[in-house]
Amino acid sequence: MQWEAVIGLEVHAQLATRSKIFSGASTTFGAEPNSQACAVDLAMPGMLPVLNEGAVRMAALFGLAVNAEIAHRSVFDRKNYFYPDLPKGYQISQMYHPIVGPGIVTIEPDDSEPRPIRIHHAHLEEDAGKSLHEDFQGMTGIDLNRAGTPLLEIVSEPDMRSAVEAVAYLRKIHALVTYLGISDGDMSQGSMRCDCNVSIRPVGQTTLGTRTEIKNVNSFRFVEKAINSEIERQIELIEDGGTVLQETRLYDADNNETRPMRSKEFANDYRYFPDPDLLPVVIDDHYIEAIRATLPELPDAKKERFISQHGLSEYDARLLVQNRQTADYFEQVSSRCGDPKLAANWVMGELSRLLNQEELPLERSPVSADQLGQLLQRIQDNTISGKIAKQVFEAMWQEGADADQIIEQQGLKQVSDSGAIETLVDQVLAEQQAMVEDYHSEPVEKKKKKKFNALVGQVMKASAGKANPAQVNSILQQKL
Amino acid sequence: MAISREDIENAAILARIHLDDDAKTGLEKDLSNILQLVDQLQSADTDNVTAMAHPLDAVQRLRPDEVTETVQRERYQQLAAKTQDGLYLVPRVVE
Repeated sequence: MQWEAVIGLEVHAQLATRSKIFSGASTTFGAEPNSQACAVDLAMPGMLPVLNEGAVRMAALFGLAVNAEIAHRSVFDRKNYFYPDLPKGYQISQMYHPIVGPGIVTIEPDDSEPRPIRIHHAHLEEDAGKSLHEDFQGMTGIDLNRAGTPLLEIVSEPDMRSAVEAVAYLRKIHALVTYLGISDGDMSQGSMRCDCNVSIRPVGQTTLGTRTEIKNVNSFRFVEKAINSEIERQIELIEDGGTVLQETRLYDADNNETRPMRSKEFANDYRYFPDPDLLPVVIDDHYIEAIRATLPELPDAKKERFISQHGLSEYDARLLVQNRQTADYFEQVSSRCGDPKLAANWVMGELSRLLNQEELPLERSPVSADQLGQLLQRIQDNTISGKIAKQVFEAMWQEGADADQIIEQQGLKQVSDSGAIETLVDQVLAEQQAMVEDYHSEPVEKKKKKKFNALVGQVMKASAGKANPAQVNSILQQKL
Repeated sequence: MAISREDIENAAILARIHLDDDAKTGLEKDLSNILQLVDQLQSADTDNVTAMAHPLDAVQRLRPDEVTETVQRERYQQLAAKTQDGLYLVPRVVE
């Protein structure tokens, strides 16, 4: 039987506010344990939550970016459960009246047509603290610094049909939140996490199969692997005559499989109800329009502009806009050197290669966009060849110096003095008489060209790569 | 609406409280009475009444996104039963 997967994602993005969603405690990552957990976060008796305007604004900004309706009235609810990293005994969330209504994003999985993915809604909630299960005198350690950090939970419709599409969707959400500056999107620090709802059904069937939920997947690669292994598991299970249980599972990266979470004694019963400590959040059109005015250029619009304004290919443009830093870096290089295609090739080529090799994020690149732009200028004004430029780039990378300094220091300036090139050509012709004879006696045009190129190579070698190749070509042609 | 013994046992588990048989019997009666009162309230015709979150029709006030808290860990941790390396210690929880 042919199976089709049906996938929906719940993405939790930590919002980049300075203070927590309901308290004035700092949200800085990596502080001393519990140094950022105030009386509200600790659920001391009598403490009351006060909503952070920054969190409301960021949620609304996201909603506007996905063409969703922003609720003029939204309500916070209590989600009740007991766990030590949740001191109140409930999480404040939005169950019935979320701040962001239905929206839509377009994904472009590799090599396939763009596809719209519907967003069911997005709501604000608070994060929990962290439990450290290493042995502390036989007890569990609790760090509540993260408790109360604002989260935007973005819930998709089950519109994705493969792990590749799910990853493309997650990348799109990641690009959006980082472009908007509402989250740093750093999955390794848990700033963005994802729950994957997965079910399968025979191709052609319209009703949904029973789904499982894979909790807390924290990298793009793991999302793809976790979903694929879960799809495989469900197909095998059903084909062997079994049935899929609706349950929560965890992805075990070491064994590349999903495992059921230890089932609680009773099914979850969160007993949601409106939080009486918080009044309905009412925002007006004026507020929403003021936020709309701050929307930056978003990835889709930027991609179209890169194609129309810079003449880039669809493929190049798509790669460059995947994150805002890369897009900004590219534009700076391009405006400095005046050749967008050359800039794109270098940003996605040499620059990415060295960044990957040293596992550096773009922000920490030793070569700035301005410096790279200057290097490319030197290719364009024939100071150096493209080949020498790579050598200069590596030296810039190592030494942090400007292109001109390296070119000067290492004497890499291209030789364009025709007298000097002529001398080199004469020298090579004298030394390589056999090659010259070979060239003259070659009747086949194609082979003759090859032999000519070999002589060009000799001259270039004699110049240590610095001779202007076009000039070498024409002078050699004359001499022969 | 009457409440069953199973409902009470389930609610006790969700609330993490232990109830002995006598307490359960008492609660069965008390909670059923409360629910009957709720039923009575439910029977009022509220079709033309807008739901109210606050008697003064107030809405949520928003706080500017500023850090206003200072570090008071030492003070808070004096109240805790056990701490270590700045962490609050609780009976072992295993996922």
